[in-house]
Amino acid sequence: MKYAFFPGCVSKGACPELYQSVMQVYPKLGIELAEMTTASCTGAGVLQEKDLRLGDALNARTFAMAEQQGLPIMTICSTCQGVMSQANHRLTTQPHYLQEINGLLREEGLTYRGTTTIKHFLWILLEDVGEEALRQQITRPLSGLRAAPFYGCYIQRPTNALEFDRHPDRGKSLERIIEILGAEVVDFPGKTRCCGFPILTINEKNSLTMVATHTRDAKSHGADIMVTPCPLCHLNLDGMQTKAASQEQTSIDLPILHLPQLLGLAIGLETKSLGLQRNLISPESALAKIGGAG
Amino acid sequence: MHTTLRIRRFNPEHDHPSSYYQEYDLEIDPSDSVLDGLIKIRETIDDSLTLRCSCRGAICGSCGMRINGHATLACKTKMISVASEGGTIQVEPMNNMPVIKDLVTDMAPFWSKIRQIQPWLQPEGRPPTAEYTASPESMSHLSGVMSCIMCGVCVSDCTVLDVDKTFVGPAALAKAYRFVADPRDSATSQRLNFLNQPNGMWDCTRCMECIQVCPKGVGPMDRIMALRAKGLAEKVPATCGSRHAEVFSDIIKHKGILDEPMLAIRTFGLKNIGRLLGMIPMVVQSVLKGKVPLSGPLHRPIPGIHHIQQLFKQVRIKR
Repeated sequence: MKYAFFPGCVSKGACPELYQSVMQVYPKLGIELAEMTTASCTGAGVLQEKDLRLGDALNARTFAMAEQQGLPIMTICSTCQGVMSQANHRLTTQPHYLQEINGLLREEGLTYRGTTTIKHFLWILLEDVGEEALRQQITRPLSGLRAAPFYGCYIQRPTNALEFDRHPDRGKSLERIIEILGAEVVDFPGKTRCCGFPILTINEKNSLTMVATHTRDAKSHGADIMVTPCPLCHLNLDGMQTKAASQEQTSIDLPILHLPQLLGLAIGLETKSLGLQRNLISPESALAKIGGAG
Repeated sequence: MHTTLRIRRFNPEHDHPSSYYQEYDLEIDPSDSVLDGLIKIRETIDDSLTLRCSCRGAICGSCGMRINGHATLACKTKMISVASEGGTIQVEPMNNMPVIKDLVTDMAPFWSKIRQIQPWLQPEGRPPTAEYTASPESMSHLSGVMSCIMCGVCVSDCTVLDVDKTFVGPAALAKAYRFVADPRDSATSQRLNFLNQPNGMWDCTRCMECIQVCPKGVGPMDRIMALRAKGLAEKVPATCGSRHAEVFSDIIKHKGILDEPMLAIRTFGLKNIGRLLGMIPMVVQSVLKGKVPLSGPLHRPIPGIHHIQQLFKQVRIKR
């Protein structure tokens, strides 16, 4: 199982603990990674506001580079996954458009034939590694830990670009992983809603209300922690949680873990090696439930 | 098939009105719609059940409601697509608007938002002797957005309206795009300036709920993105929203990857120094926790950045 690894800007920027934790867990799962060091940002849906065609050209460039290597792409960010899936959907369903975009890539000697598969690490765990192989790696089942899933919009919608018709289990994949790791799933209404990050700089009040609503809801449903496959959600739900609680004149204190951090705990890795000390809301007391996890 | 419909009920005429769920067991053909099921309940089990419907063919937009947690048209939703044999289907009124009774919501706030964007053609010059005409080619790109039947489904599931009822919302913004992109309309600049205000086009989170639930393929969020692109092209007065898109794009052009601190600094600018200062506690805490970017504090450009810059240049030339 070898992938062209697309780490995304945030795992190399404001969430270094995500990159660190995925680097720790992937070798234990029979995965090989070739990091795409020359690939650009996907545009995150923001650059696409200004110019959709430019965004598609940047992503087609990335797909063409993976295609040249004969590898599927692995992402670790819901937003990267969603933006790339949408771009790939546009390119592979409109031959004339693909031809036009390839005209832009010609100068670099690249052509995209439309064969690259793009998969989030979350989906790879279930669809490629497989439940059985994953279970075999678990040395510290997360029994007693109550974990609320939080997906990030881009890995839930639109379902046609994310191929939910071919992979109907993707919509519940995070809950499945939580169960496999031995933790208890805490279901709550906000798990597929928006974290508010995209409007943090535009309408902070609304953004923080979303953070407070989801984290408080999850906690009131009994969650010890929340887990997300999206570092942008993490930036808001973890990074802005204290300010959100202050805005709503309440206290929340719900640790937010990146998916590879939760997985790393279950396969016996130490908290420090997973960068858990870098999470702004400390998971220490919640992790006492599974024996402190080193 | 046998199924149970779990319906949220509300009767304002009760002494102490509050909503509650009531379950109805039903024997129904799997190819029947949820609306067929609701009508069957009303006609054979409980005539107090209140709902709004008319055409039964996804044309009139009357039967918007939430089925298993997502807004949709009940007439367009087959029983078999939302429940298996013996399963339960949850039916609730639409969100983000007041409930009048049971599954009937008050659409007044919805229409008020639609009126805000002046949903009528505003051409310039003397009126023609007949209609205002336009070539089919110049209007064909609007066929998707003109399919909107004003059912309110996108408004129901909008994540921003969940937390802020002053947001103009996806239906009104899609309708605004319909006129901004109409070649016969001359109020583009005024329309974009109106939408550039707080609670307008920049307040959308791009969560795609509206794209997912729209029963007519209007894709409201795509229209909002198109409005933003038009706003940037028309150089609407800079806001945090427009600067965010401009700065983001500029950073990718020069570095290939995102530089988050620079994005915040340049988006807020000196005019919003208070917002910038408000980020300091989080930044200090992040640094103390060791959240230092792996790509270096100054975010060096990616190898081969000139290829990215060439793409920017080529796309600009083609435009």
